[in-house]
Amino acid sequence: MPALVIAEHDHKTIKPATLNTVTAAAKLGQPVTVLVAGTNCEGAAKAAAAIAGVAEVLQADDAAYEHFLAENLAALVVKVGKGYSHILTPATSIGKNFMPRVAALLDVAQISDIIGIDNDYTFQRPIYAGNAIATVMSEDKIKVITVRMTSFDAAKATGGNAPIKKIDGAGDSGLSKFVGQELSKSERPELTAARVIVSGGRALGSGEEFKKLLEPLADKLHAAIGASRAAVDAGYVPNDYQVGQTGKVVAPDLYIAIGISGAIQHLAGMKDSKVIVAINKDAEAPIFQIADYGLVGDLFTLVPELTKAIA
Amino acid sequence: MKILVPVKRVVDFNVKVRVKADQSGIELANVKMSINPFDEIAVEEAVRLKEKNVAQEVVAVTLGPQACTDTLRTAMAIGADRAIHVVTDSELQPLGVAKALQKIAEKEKPDLIIMGKQAIDDDCNQTGQMLAALLNWPQGTFASKLEPGSGTVKVAREVDGGLETLELKLPAVITTDLRLNEPRYASLPNIMKAKKKPIESIAPDALGVDLRPRLKTQKVVEPPKRKAGIKVPDVATLVDKLKNEAKVI
Repeated sequence: MPALVIAEHDHKTIKPATLNTVTAAAKLGQPVTVLVAGTNCEGAAKAAAAIAGVAEVLQADDAAYEHFLAENLAALVVKVGKGYSHILTPATSIGKNFMPRVAALLDVAQISDIIGIDNDYTFQRPIYAGNAIATVMSEDKIKVITVRMTSFDAAKATGGNAPIKKIDGAGDSGLSKFVGQELSKSERPELTAARVIVSGGRALGSGEEFKKLLEPLADKLHAAIGASRAAVDAGYVPNDYQVGQTGKVVAPDLYIAIGISGAIQHLAGMKDSKVIVAINKDAEAPIFQIADYGLVGDLFTLVPELTKAIA
Repeated sequence: MKILVPVKRVVDFNVKVRVKADQSGIELANVKMSINPFDEIAVEEAVRLKEKNVAQEVVAVTLGPQACTDTLRTAMAIGADRAIHVVTDSELQPLGVAKALQKIAEKEKPDLIIMGKQAIDDDCNQTGQMLAALLNWPQGTFASKLEPGSGTVKVAREVDGGLETLELKLPAVITTDLRLNEPRYASLPNIMKAKKKPIESIAPDALGVDLRPRLKTQKVVEPPKRKAGIKVPDVATLVDKLKNEAKVI
């Protein structure tokens, strides 16, 4: 039986997390079908069909999927998913929201946030904020899985030519309604897909200083900006900047932690970065235990100096 | 309005956990246990709604061994009125817990269920969504603000791009994110008062649901260790290393 990937998209195009999830699905050794549920989502369906390794695309075009409400999306996935051995979606805020509903309605366990696949019923997933890795085995008929995107390479976005099949939606539950959203606007790369991340902590002292010190450095490095929970709680930056156990999990080529002491919960979100740089005045800060390069000193002097030194 | 708040007893968030030598799990002997931090936020939110006269009763519920009574007492010290304890020593997983909570919700008939978005031990982030599905109720996950209205609740949610607001029909399930509120410290008089509040014990068999775990844990290991690197003396050395050694800039 094939594996079903529920695509994350913005109706026009596919989000990068979908590509990583297709790679995970392909490891199961079965043909991969991608479901695109959206509103006027022709563009996203075409983009899904172009992903290398995808055998079929199902397109459910209905106003009920405009905002990816969990109640509506889960009802559709349950209807479609019964013919598949595995149902996978990225462990993003959308996937984490609807997928457990799917599992409950199918009466199967969900395997959350997998980071490795041993075989088609055995998976690795982090527990205790990544301080331990559990290998779990599922005997359920359908395996419902969310995938940690940083643990799987992105599938090629082009080269595929899968047929697109239009399917009916499953209606509007009428239980929930979208009211509005406040999304952070930024010209910078997305945090979870950035090659370089400049991240700040509470030691920056204020939202103004955070902006003043980190933005010029991020500009020079074409980096995304992240933050520790403490910096978000203090109101320096919005919630979607948070990197950590309960925020975003990132694994860029270069992660520069500025004024971040390195609480376990923060390390859980960034310790798979290829190269980690820490700048902190406390030489004993736990962040130095995982940093490749540590610089001890006053960040208010060192960060502008670093910005200047980078050509 | 009546609010049901499911809570879980977990290893305290400050404890550095250790993997057992036989790889069967995490060392739990003599480890400090606490209420799951997200569940504490859920209790606080429910109690605040009671203090604003939006809610009349707050009921805490848990599943687990006898020692979970402590967790229920913590919830009642914050302000929950009474508690329900499904007493079991068996391993529990989200689907089974959601099924048990469904039965309890059907009996208690709350207008809102508020619970943590995830437990900091298994990091599953499933139970609230599963419970909402089994009850066929709407869900407001990762909530950072709640505004109950008449027959509905508005919930601001923390999503990957920022914040999103939904309106849900009641009854509904809400799961809490970090910034919904800052839980109070329970005062000594309230801790004393909580000792006298009632806890109803229920045997799992009485619920008539299948609590058996669906996933088998084969082994639990430590993650690959990242070795500490070096300290560099100045910015010039750092830039040189990043360029010529790590080759990332």
